[in-house]
Amino acid sequence: MNLIRYQDPELATWSPLNRLASLREEMNRLLDGSLAGFTGNVGLFGGWSPTVDVFQDKDNVYIKAELPGMKKEAIEITFQEGMLTISGERKQESEVREGESFRSERFFGKFHRSVSMPTKVDAEKIKATYKDGILCVELPKAAEAKAKQIEVTVS
Amino acid sequence: MNPVAKTLERNVEEPVSRMPSWDLPPANIREERDAYLLELEMPGVSKNGIEVTVENNELTIVGHRGDTEPQGEVIYRESRHGDYRRTFEIDTSIDTAKIVAKMEQGILRLTLPKAESIKPRKIQVAD
Repeated sequence: MNLIRYQDPELATWSPLNRLASLREEMNRLLDGSLAGFTGNVGLFGGWSPTVDVFQDKDNVYIKAELPGMKKEAIEITFQEGMLTISGERKQESEVREGESFRSERFFGKFHRSVSMPTKVDAEKIKATYKDGILCVELPKAAEAKAKQIEVTVS
Repeated sequence: MNPVAKTLERNVEEPVSRMPSWDLPPANIREERDAYLLELEMPGVSKNGIEVTVENNELTIVGHRGDTEPQGEVIYRESRHGDYRRTFEIDTSIDTAKIVAKMEQGILRLTLPKAESIKPRKIQVAD
């Protein structure tokens, strides 16, 4: 039996403060690092919540949602009372699966995201495209919401 | 667990300090009779943006995002920039010459065929 306590060479100069600092660093790294990308996808109820970006220019509001591996038909987009909702279900491919799964990080199942519009939009003219696993929704701003340009003449 | 799968499953992690702004794509790995199937989620990457390399028994997948950014100013952003990158350790029981890659709606599917030498073989009893 070994009576001398094993000491990690990296912690040779043991100081509680150092260790605390490195623990903090470790935690920051965990939160900033790649893990944040995964945990960020986990919804409160265990579903998945696709990543969404919102952009705008003079004429349109754009919503970009990352929905890799969907069937176009399985994506549902609705617009109601200034709120755009993207929902749907991602299914595992139905083919018969034999063999074992070794790593399973992808989410399957239902999802639901709603985005409220920063301005009034013309609901009749909303367009959407789906390419490379990215859904892009274009919402033209309503005429009254567009910024009016007032020309000031200097006399 | 089968040793091949074990090594395949082990993700080769690079020291965090050296890690640039890579985005680690979520992966699913499954073993089938003749091959391992690897799926990676890389939304925004088209067929032309994929690079798959095998070197020193490491399988590296890099995905370059295409231009999916709409014009205008950002109001709210959750997505990450930068390329996707992930490395897996594979061993000699995978026939690296026969790896097949398919890209569809942001999902990369790699089929890593098992080498003939490790496939189960049925031996006929000679008369």
